[in-house]
Amino acid sequence: MYETIAAISTPFGKGGIGIIRLSGDEAFEIADRIFKGKKTVKQMKSHTVNYGKIEDPETSEILDEVLLTVMKAPNTFTRENVAEINCHGGTVVLLKIMDLLLREGARPAQPGEFTRRAFINGRLDLSQAEAVIDIINAKTSESSRAAVGQLEGNLSKRIKEARSKLVELIAHIEVTVDYPEHDIEDITGRQVHASGEAVREQLESILSGFERGRIIREGINIVIAGKPNVGKSSLLNELSGKNRAIVTDIPGTTRDIIEEFIDVRGIPVRIIDTAGIRETDDPVEVIGVKRAEKEIENADLIIVMLDASTDMDGEDKRIIEKVRDRKLIFVINKIDEARQDRTEILEKRISEIYGEEPAYTEKSSGNGIKIIKASVKNRFGIGEIEDTIYGMFLKGGIEGNSEVLITNIRHKDLIVSAVKSLKDAASAYEGGLPLDFITIDIRNAAGYLGQITGESVSEDVVQEIFSKFCVGK
Amino acid sequence: MEYVAGEYDVAVVGAGHAGCEAALASARLGCRTIIFSINLDSIANMPCNPNVGGTAKGHLVRELDALGGEMGRCTDKTFIQSKILNSAKGPAVFSLRAQVDRRKYQMEMKNTLELQENLDIRQAEITDIIIDDQRKIAGVRTHTGALYNCRAVILTTGTYLKGKIIIGDVSFSGGPDGLFPANRLSESLKQCGIELMRFKTGTPARINRRSIDFSKMTEQPGDDIIVPFSFESGDIKKEQVSCWLTYTNSNTHKVIRDNLHRSPLFGGMIEGIGPRYCPSIEDKVVRFSERESHQVFVEPMGLGTQEMYLQGMSSSLPEDVQIEMIRTLAGLESAKIMRSAYAIEYDCINPMQLDLSLEFKNIKGLFSAGQINGSSGYEEAAAQGLIAGINAALKLQGKAPLVLDRSEAYIGVLIDDLVTKGTNEPYRIMTSRAEYRLLLRQDNADIRLTPRGYEAGLIKEDRYKRFLDKKAKINAEIKRLESTYVAPDENVNKFLAKSGSTPVKTGIKLAELLRRPEISYNALAEIDKDRPDYLKEASSDSYNAIIEQVSIAVKYEGYIKRQMQQVEQFKKLEKKKIPQDIDYGTIYGLRTEARQKLGKIRPESVGQASRISGVSPADISVLLCILENRSGKE
Repeated sequence: MYETIAAISTPFGKGGIGIIRLSGDEAFEIADRIFKGKKTVKQMKSHTVNYGKIEDPETSEILDEVLLTVMKAPNTFTRENVAEINCHGGTVVLLKIMDLLLREGARPAQPGEFTRRAFINGRLDLSQAEAVIDIINAKTSESSRAAVGQLEGNLSKRIKEARSKLVELIAHIEVTVDYPEHDIEDITGRQVHASGEAVREQLESILSGFERGRIIREGINIVIAGKPNVGKSSLLNELSGKNRAIVTDIPGTTRDIIEEFIDVRGIPVRIIDTAGIRETDDPVEVIGVKRAEKEIENADLIIVMLDASTDMDGEDKRIIEKVRDRKLIFVINKIDEARQDRTEILEKRISEIYGEEPAYTEKSSGNGIKIIKASVKNRFGIGEIEDTIYGMFLKGGIEGNSEVLITNIRHKDLIVSAVKSLKDAASAYEGGLPLDFITIDIRNAAGYLGQITGESVSEDVVQEIFSKFCVGK
Repeated sequence: MEYVAGEYDVAVVGAGHAGCEAALASARLGCRTIIFSINLDSIANMPCNPNVGGTAKGHLVRELDALGGEMGRCTDKTFIQSKILNSAKGPAVFSLRAQVDRRKYQMEMKNTLELQENLDIRQAEITDIIIDDQRKIAGVRTHTGALYNCRAVILTTGTYLKGKIIIGDVSFSGGPDGLFPANRLSESLKQCGIELMRFKTGTPARINRRSIDFSKMTEQPGDDIIVPFSFESGDIKKEQVSCWLTYTNSNTHKVIRDNLHRSPLFGGMIEGIGPRYCPSIEDKVVRFSERESHQVFVEPMGLGTQEMYLQGMSSSLPEDVQIEMIRTLAGLESAKIMRSAYAIEYDCINPMQLDLSLEFKNIKGLFSAGQINGSSGYEEAAAQGLIAGINAALKLQGKAPLVLDRSEAYIGVLIDDLVTKGTNEPYRIMTSRAEYRLLLRQDNADIRLTPRGYEAGLIKEDRYKRFLDKKAKINAEIKRLESTYVAPDENVNKFLAKSGSTPVKTGIKLAELLRRPEISYNALAEIDKDRPDYLKEASSDSYNAIIEQVSIAVKYEGYIKRQMQQVEQFKKLEKKKIPQDIDYGTIYGLRTEARQKLGKIRPESVGQASRISGVSPADISVLLCILENRSGKE
């Protein structure tokens, strides 16, 4: 009788592993749809840990290797069926798996909801009850604060605008329905269709333009580019704090793409170390170069590494040419191995190539060229690189806690639902259904947006009818 | 001198549309019932517009009919014009409306009351309701000192309580339509601890037909095909009369603007709160100053009278201004006013004092229905009257009340809105107030509610059997269409081409074809050879009723299913009942505002609690916790 809820239960942005918890009537069915192991979830014994992979059933993409813990009701925390997915990917993977669960029928847990269910299902005694209620109250206000925080500014304004356009539209339809004999110009299906589609486009642009939210949800893609042996893998290792990429002095060691999920000041970052982009006949390396070019295309930010101990050569120039007009950080590495004037020459060459392009500063709102002098080996300049990444994407800073994140997914979910309802409305119109059916979809869309802004449709429509239209006996 | 005049189970105070339904329902359910009216010639009077139905209101009448109410039947017998509104906008908003002969309607209803077993009718003004020391109803007292002992009272006083008529700068104590007001009952209600409010409404002038030039107006005839209100009425054929349409113009608006200072509405003389949806003409001219004209419908009050009603010209301007203003309209240049427009102020109760059965929470056996509950409209009144009458009887018989929820009926929406949210103006039902209107259609009101009426006892065995038969036929036909395939042969594709529809290459279900907007059930007959005999031709009324249900169910299946899923979600919280002994004051974690509101309204379910303004989702969570904890312990 309870919907299945899901949440990332480990703190956001920290730690190498993460746990996603599912609870509710369909917890096992939903887990089963994305978990590929030796046994199906149904075959697993209660309270066992099972090895397997998380696979997107639509694309068959493997997201992570995981351990799935299955716990059957009633001997669980919530007294419902509970499944816990123990992932070892970082935040980005957790979020992807979370998205998958939502798509497969779970909904994001509200703050304190696991605890509340535990209580409702009789897991907690009365002395714990009041504590739960405190949590509910505290968490609710906390999350509504988070929601308010998120909703300030542009997003809120645009959602409110979109919603009020829908309310206006509904009111116009409703008034002709409720007062059919008044000489109010009848709104036609075509007009409704056009207005509905306009709002849908707005919402879709909110979805796609919701950069800040996307970064919080999905992380930033960063590519480290540079000629072989310039120190790319070392930088990756420094940033991730782990010795994952193989580091040698032999050029071309990093034959393929090495990627790492890291946390920079609370932002999830997918960082990719490329094999370099040099001209080569080695068939293996050719593949690596091609992939590197593709990654550069998809990157949000490119870190171009130059070697202070050598002059800029043709390969460096080729790389710089490829990344023109992109968001860039130049890292001049190995400054400890070179004379100071070599570094200055490199700086001069960069500014020659980029001409009048202003330098990136904290105030230049994420644009411009940034040059950082570093010695990755000696951990010099790493902090500046991190600061710059953070500053370029999230100037105002982000709230690195999971409440914000959940609210975020919820908002995205609701906007996506609203878009879907508007698509339904459009196809109802195209299918020749009467106006009233189209209204149902538009009402739903306004309802979803209202859940973000906290307004109810019915009363608004009635208000709108009486304030905009002259009706009555 | 006070004397005991009678012993009854139920006393109904007021014989308007709410009172008549309440009294009939109570008497029909076996209760000894008496109904009082200040003037027996005003039983079931329509002091405002002479019509029944319209959007959402028509739905209410059909629902009332399915439950065993009288308004639908009475309207079918006495209407003089019938129309279906919104016929192009979708089946959920089709609405029936009828102009009725006001006097005939009254006579018909009065006679029905007079003929009713268990029901007495008495002309009297009730001045007191009497409650015992357990706050239980004991009786009512009339202005002549007659005491009627009874176990339940239903208040259906309309706009009579401390009625005050306002025409410009003239105002006087009075009821609607020149009748006496009821000035003393308000005091008695207050003494019983009932909270009163003051509302206002109004009505336009009546004009002598002979003074109107119809050649300057547009004729508004009735529909050729008459759809009756009552599911019991069968085919109706009768001559219909027309209404007429004219418009206000800049001269009208000038007269109004020049005299605004004499309007009691703008001069502050009226304290009662009027309805937004029923603004006076002066209100419209002021609020919508950019509009150059407003519609005015001229409607006959009946066949045996020359009085015509001016819909759209409700006003409380002084009489001389009214005359001047009306005569600026095309066709009304030499209009002779027979009755002036007036505004009326009256006492009503705050409906949040009632539970969903329409009984006062704090006085056992006291019910109320209609305008006294802050609603407006004959249909809204009748619907509440029926429910109050049924529930008074069920209560005395020790049975559970009949409560319809928002997913079952417009009646449920109406009562839940009033009781849960209250109202700060006279409340009118609208289709936009119903969340699940695709399910709450006027065409399926009998399917939805006949079983409830049967359960309550107002639907008799023979009608119920006919209903079951109809329902079975509908379901069988839907099933047949869903399981019958037609082959993609030449015959079928010829038919499709003719209907402007895409040809088929594989076998296809009849239901799939019917889902195409361009194909109707009737047209489909051409390739549907195995139809049951009773659906082969338009042989009977039930034929139309059946194919209408079948067509809608098949054509709009997707939407209907989606709305049913929403209803399922909605029902989850409605089913979580809140024990009436719960003490919100002691519940840890509720916010103060929620505690007060919940304590005052005492919702019956968590669903109802969630609709109270000022109760937040967090409060609902707390409430759920407490309820689960209680039920766990029991």
